[in-house]
Amino acid sequence: MSYLDSISTPLKERFTHPLPSYSEKAPSFWKEGWKRFCQNKIALIALSFLIFFIIMSIVGPWMNSYTYYETHLPLKNMAPCKKFWFGTDELGRDLFTRIWWGARISLFVGIAASFIDLIIGVLYGSMAALLGGKIEEFMMRIADILYSIPYLLVVILLMVVIGSGISTILIALTFTGWIGMARIIRGQILQISQLDFVKAARALGAGKIRILISHLIPNCMGSILVTVTLTIPTAIFAEAFLSFLGLGVQAPIASWGTMANEGLSALCYYPWRLFFPAGFICITMLCFNLVGDGLRDAFDPRIHS
Amino acid sequence: MVNYFFKKLGILLLSLLVVATLTFFLMHAIPGDPFTQEKAIPQEILHAMQKHYGLDKPLIVQYFDYMQGLCKFDLGPSFKYQGRTVNEIIKEGFPVSLCLGLEALFISLSLGILFGSLSASRQGKWQDRSTMFIAIFGLSMPSFLLATFLQYGLAMKLDLFPVARWGTFQQSILPALSLAALPTAFIARLLRTSMIEVLHQDYIQTAKSKGLSPSWILYKHVFRNALLPVASYLGPLTASILTGSFAVEKIFGIPGLGQWFVLSITNRDYTVIMGTTLFYSVILMITVFLVDLLYSWIDPRISSSTKGVNS
Repeated sequence: MSYLDSISTPLKERFTHPLPSYSEKAPSFWKEGWKRFCQNKIALIALSFLIFFIIMSIVGPWMNSYTYYETHLPLKNMAPCKKFWFGTDELGRDLFTRIWWGARISLFVGIAASFIDLIIGVLYGSMAALLGGKIEEFMMRIADILYSIPYLLVVILLMVVIGSGISTILIALTFTGWIGMARIIRGQILQISQLDFVKAARALGAGKIRILISHLIPNCMGSILVTVTLTIPTAIFAEAFLSFLGLGVQAPIASWGTMANEGLSALCYYPWRLFFPAGFICITMLCFNLVGDGLRDAFDPRIHS
Repeated sequence: MVNYFFKKLGILLLSLLVVATLTFFLMHAIPGDPFTQEKAIPQEILHAMQKHYGLDKPLIVQYFDYMQGLCKFDLGPSFKYQGRTVNEIIKEGFPVSLCLGLEALFISLSLGILFGSLSASRQGKWQDRSTMFIAIFGLSMPSFLLATFLQYGLAMKLDLFPVARWGTFQQSILPALSLAALPTAFIARLLRTSMIEVLHQDYIQTAKSKGLSPSWILYKHVFRNALLPVASYLGPLTASILTGSFAVEKIFGIPGLGQWFVLSITNRDYTVIMGTTLFYSVILMITVFLVDLLYSWIDPRISSSTKGVNS
């Protein structure tokens, strides 16, 4: 019975399912990586926290009847209670609503900045690696020089000059932020171009652009993913830092950094006004770092080689 | 080595030029000038003031004037505080920031190396797991938030440390700790990774099979090679401590240069912003430059490999 089963099952499968196509044969890089990622419990928990934050940033502001700008002057500086879940600030604005509005800004800035970095970085890095020779040398020199300028100083300068606002923060953060990505991409491409399958593609007559798009960049995806995930907390931190110094988004909108800055002055008497935004900044950065670490362990090819 | 030195020096000078030019033109791209106020100033006084500060000349002339001043280390007068120069402000604030920064640097290097080597030598055991768990917390805690938490918890509630101000050693502990936390965590992680990598090398096997004691191997063979990435982190480390000090000095009310920098931003005191930015950039770039040199001196493969690429 068991013997029959063991030979009949594959046979049955063969007849009921079409033959596996060529691409299905090898276990996909993404599936393998995802499986490895799922074994990392801490990273999974961090990921679910992040998803929760993103959902809350969408629905959170509508969960009670207050708005982020509406003031209740008799009810200012309330401690967290049934009416105001996270308390109120010095103008009696509901902190719960403001926190999730701030989450929109912080998460948006973090994710958008790292995606702009990603696009510029991949374009610049692959261009440099593709062109090679003197042009590559020149391009990487420019990147070196820009990289040696302390980025927070540039960001602060730009913020002073252009004036504060979300788009300014994005411009300022991506002004030098793409360089890390460009360097990683260039390094990876140079490394992968030496591999046999790229040589084979070249021998078969594939053009440079074709090799880049269909062979090199897909093979960089692992490190691109890891770098993007680890850039997001840096961007969130930078935005919070700028807002904390008073260079962030304009009132009445507030990001977590602005709220932390406002809460700092009331630290002695109303500590929750600082602790809620500060706690959310820390937890979000922690989760992104944990997810990034997990992704690196799961997708970085250097660890398995 | 000599080639490498000049190449790095060239990049340093070029970067400085780029920073100076960038800052100058950014500053002058701002609409209005430093004397634009709510109260209208008589035209003659405005002209006299502009003439005094050289703002009536064409932009390109001002640029070369400023550059000339820079070559003589003269950063110009403050527009907001009459009779004070940017040089004076830097001379006043920088020693305080330097003191705080060096303390933070010392803490982060010693603790980071201690925790990193501890967790690498006990890889997979509870020491390793707990240190790395704490390290990722440290990595996710911006210095300006840690500073407020420490101030609230240890100074205000438990009364263990002075709440703010500057002058005594006790007063410097909390700011230095909050500045050092993130770099400590980073160094610990970096050192752990590189030590584990070195531990898997063949020459460690050889050393083990020769019968050397584990602590000797750790000190003589693993540690020295594994410290290289940490040395290369010294540049970004300085940057992190410097920029972190903007907020930390604000929180603890420390009269350092970081505090001045923030103040000049809120005051829109352009010459001070520009002067301090340049000053910070110079310090950082020189640190990175020195670290590069140190690095190529410790590990000769670096300078020889770049030479190979160039030729």
